[in-house]
Amino acid sequence: MSKQYETVIGLEVHVELATKTKIFCSCSTQFGGEPNTHTCPVCTGMPGSLPVLNKQVVEYAAAVGLATNCTITRNCKFDRKNYFYPDNPQNYQISQLYLPICRDGGVEIETAAGKKTVRIHEIHMEEDAGKLIHDEWEDCTLVDFNRSGVPLIEIVSEPDMRSAEEVIAYLDKLRLIIQYLGASDCKLQEGSMRADVNLSVREAGSEAFGTRTEMKNLNSFKAIARAIEGEKNRQIDILEGGGQVIQETRRWDDNKECSYAMRSKEDAQDYRYFPEPDLVPVIIDDEWLAEIKGRQPELRDEKRLRYKEEYGIPEYDIDILTSEKKLADVFEETIAAGCRPKEVSNWLMVEAMRLLKDEDMDASDIRFSPAHLAALIGLVDQGKINRTVAKEVFEVMFREDIDPVPYVEEKGLVMVQDEGALRSAIEEIVKNNPQSVSDYKSGKKKAMGFLVGQTMKAMKGKADPAMVNRILLEFLA
Amino acid sequence: MNLMSLTAAELGRKIKSGEISVREAAESSLAAIRAREGDVHSFVTVVDEEAVLARAGEVQKQISEGTLDSPLAGVPVAIKDNLCTRGLLTTCSSRILGNFRPAYTAEAVLNLEKAGAVIVGKANMDEFAMGSTTETSYFGVTKNPWNTECVPGGSSGGSCAAVAAEECSCALGSDTGGSIRQPSSFCGVTGLKPTYGTVSRYGLIAYGSSLDQIGPIAKDVTDCALILEAVASHDKKDSTSVKREDYRFSEALKDDVRGMKIGIPRDYFGKGLDSEVKEAVLKAAKILEEKGALVEEFDLSLVEYAIPAYYVIASAEASSNLARFDGVKYAYRSEDFAGLHQMYKRTRSEGFGAEVKRRIMLGSFVLSSGYYDAYYLKALRTKALIKQAFDKAFEAYDLILGPVAPTTAPKLGESLGDPIKMYLGDIYTISVNLAGLPGISVPCGLDKSGMPIGMQLIGDCFQEKKLLQAAYAYEQTRAYEHCPLAQKGVSES
Repeated sequence: MSKQYETVIGLEVHVELATKTKIFCSCSTQFGGEPNTHTCPVCTGMPGSLPVLNKQVVEYAAAVGLATNCTITRNCKFDRKNYFYPDNPQNYQISQLYLPICRDGGVEIETAAGKKTVRIHEIHMEEDAGKLIHDEWEDCTLVDFNRSGVPLIEIVSEPDMRSAEEVIAYLDKLRLIIQYLGASDCKLQEGSMRADVNLSVREAGSEAFGTRTEMKNLNSFKAIARAIEGEKNRQIDILEGGGQVIQETRRWDDNKECSYAMRSKEDAQDYRYFPEPDLVPVIIDDEWLAEIKGRQPELRDEKRLRYKEEYGIPEYDIDILTSEKKLADVFEETIAAGCRPKEVSNWLMVEAMRLLKDEDMDASDIRFSPAHLAALIGLVDQGKINRTVAKEVFEVMFREDIDPVPYVEEKGLVMVQDEGALRSAIEEIVKNNPQSVSDYKSGKKKAMGFLVGQTMKAMKGKADPAMVNRILLEFLA
Repeated sequence: MNLMSLTAAELGRKIKSGEISVREAAESSLAAIRAREGDVHSFVTVVDEEAVLARAGEVQKQISEGTLDSPLAGVPVAIKDNLCTRGLLTTCSSRILGNFRPAYTAEAVLNLEKAGAVIVGKANMDEFAMGSTTETSYFGVTKNPWNTECVPGGSSGGSCAAVAAEECSCALGSDTGGSIRQPSSFCGVTGLKPTYGTVSRYGLIAYGSSLDQIGPIAKDVTDCALILEAVASHDKKDSTSVKREDYRFSEALKDDVRGMKIGIPRDYFGKGLDSEVKEAVLKAAKILEEKGALVEEFDLSLVEYAIPAYYVIASAEASSNLARFDGVKYAYRSEDFAGLHQMYKRTRSEGFGAEVKRRIMLGSFVLSSGYYDAYYLKALRTKALIKQAFDKAFEAYDLILGPVAPTTAPKLGESLGDPIKMYLGDIYTISVNLAGLPGISVPCGLDKSGMPIGMQLIGDCFQEKKLLQAAYAYEQTRAYEHCPLAQKGVSES
């Protein structure tokens, strides 16, 4: 490569909002129903049906806008985007073009290259389409309208990102903000968050933008990173070969790690946008905006500051605990139940994270209740169980959300405090392991660990480690 | 007794008093349809006798039990075929919806049924309400009961013809650019287009969503007031539905126009207006003046811009509203196609008629990129200016009086060949829709060839009561003229 190139990236991020009902009718948004069971005349485009806006959609969209420093359009409108496709029952999508609900925002991201702001051009509300299912046996295509009318927001960034790292940081920032707001679960794999990548390259130092392409079908952060790398290299190869990049939409195939042209600008559709006559303008007055602002929860950046001040735990812990809203919630609720912050943090950071990884789960999938974790920590603090037992109980609690207090009683896991029984067990072990005893006496302090282990084994793990140490040392003195 | 020659209110009173049964009224309507439908063809679908009589029985039961007390209880009605009726064919007079049976009933129709109306049929119309003659129907033309060589007007031609031919007591129509008022005028009946937002559009198959409004068609002003009272509602299912302070429209039926200020726009009486129509309408104005109204001429302005603005806006909305008829989900699908795109093309090419295609193309054109500002946006601005012109007029006047249409009903086959001329025929009605105002067409005489003439009263938004009061007062000065055809078959029934 003779020249230096810069990659310029902007994102269009679609987020499915977590409302109970659809954007323009009262059908359920629940995922996974039998085909066409969450439908009505409105979301199947029946003649004569009319849309009625779900207020919660406006509130979520405005909340996301506020959290990303956008200006809220106080008098916003819906527009129709006209195109024919069988998953689109009216053959138009109700969206926002002329007066989107949020404009001119931005979020700060941090990467190895430092901090920077990615500007947000706009956020608009729109409806999702249905799903086409191809029946291979009958060689026909069927439509499921359950998803038709599920509310979406589209967050359009300015072309402010320069690397895959920045893109991931930006997406992660959005994901956390939206999850904290409770506006969506933002799962890329399940499609509740989808990102289209607009990418162009230009010679380093150039002011003018190169010709961009739009990349679709990116289902994970890893796929996004690979697609950006692949597309950047494809465009550079074209330019190096003296060619020109064509403005087009491309589909990323993450298995083959390459992209295919879907349609070029020439056959881009004319969507014939015009104001939706079936809906009235959405007026967000001061009172409503204040209400939405008032409900705005503490976001991650604020939480991080507070954790540092209020709980005094290390930055590293704070980063992990706030990386998922659910984790932060469990953390705070367990503390509220009377536990020490660092103690709770340790359980979550070590044991919970390990199990999540083993089970291939997200923190949002955590099932155990903070009250049970608090009870478990209480048992350790009271000396009722030792740490080894506590870890085993934690694992059961993690999987089945059992209440640790009755559990340790029923399973007989409560520590043995009977000094006589422990003394005779240790006496036996010292007698049977003369080698270890002499090793210890000759300075091999490691031998102590072996003897403790033997004792715990004999006590079926229920001995108090402090007591074991004290008595053993007596015998070895 | 010829029950269908009565007004809905008169018939309702007889039913309420027990003088006649709901069944007798329904049978009378069905007999009239049998006798005259061959001449007029008002209906796309006539409801099965069995179903009509079953419904009549239900209504009778409710009346007898005292649970139904509406003045319209038991009255046979026609419903324009663009209003959804659950399980009953709703075609918009189009091949593309030729076999469409909705899963739900339009809110306005539900309201009318709650008032005890008995639906006897779905009335013919111009395809998707696009037209002024009811000749664009896929299911054949409707003829004017006053002269079956003439058109009934449109697009609610079937509803108006059915009322004039006395096949039913009254009807519901819809009005996007004059579709209730113009055929009412041509057929010698009374038709009211309410203020936009007064009657829920839920279940009205949309043509121009920002202009469409459902309204009553009947023999007189009293019936129109009663029907409007029954169908108007604030419906949460229609976001453009308005919650009104007062729905008691029949309270306005007072024979008193003293002190009422009525403006006559000079612009409405210029070139193109038939002299007999002009004379009849001015005579009606004179009568109102004699009854104590203050009548004067004024300049409304912008009248000539209403037609282009209307055809841009209505066609743009229609091009999008009619996109859903694609053969995928319901109704007509071409039988012979290879692949999705051909299925779309053939379904729509075969399913839509020429006028509908013309407006879809016009609408798609004015919305396409590069033309949007020049056409659609300009039309919206014109619409706003027209509304301002009316606002100004209503600062000075309670009502505006003018003709409904430049002529009486033309002969069948004369209009479709020259669409521009046909579009120009909507000149007096269209601006009312653009401004969202209420308007009523009231019969005010016959021309030399015996065809009815209507006069139009236009009110400010939400001033239906003033409109009804003046129309009612005028109506007291002349008797309802029954069309001769309405006598056909009466002796047998």
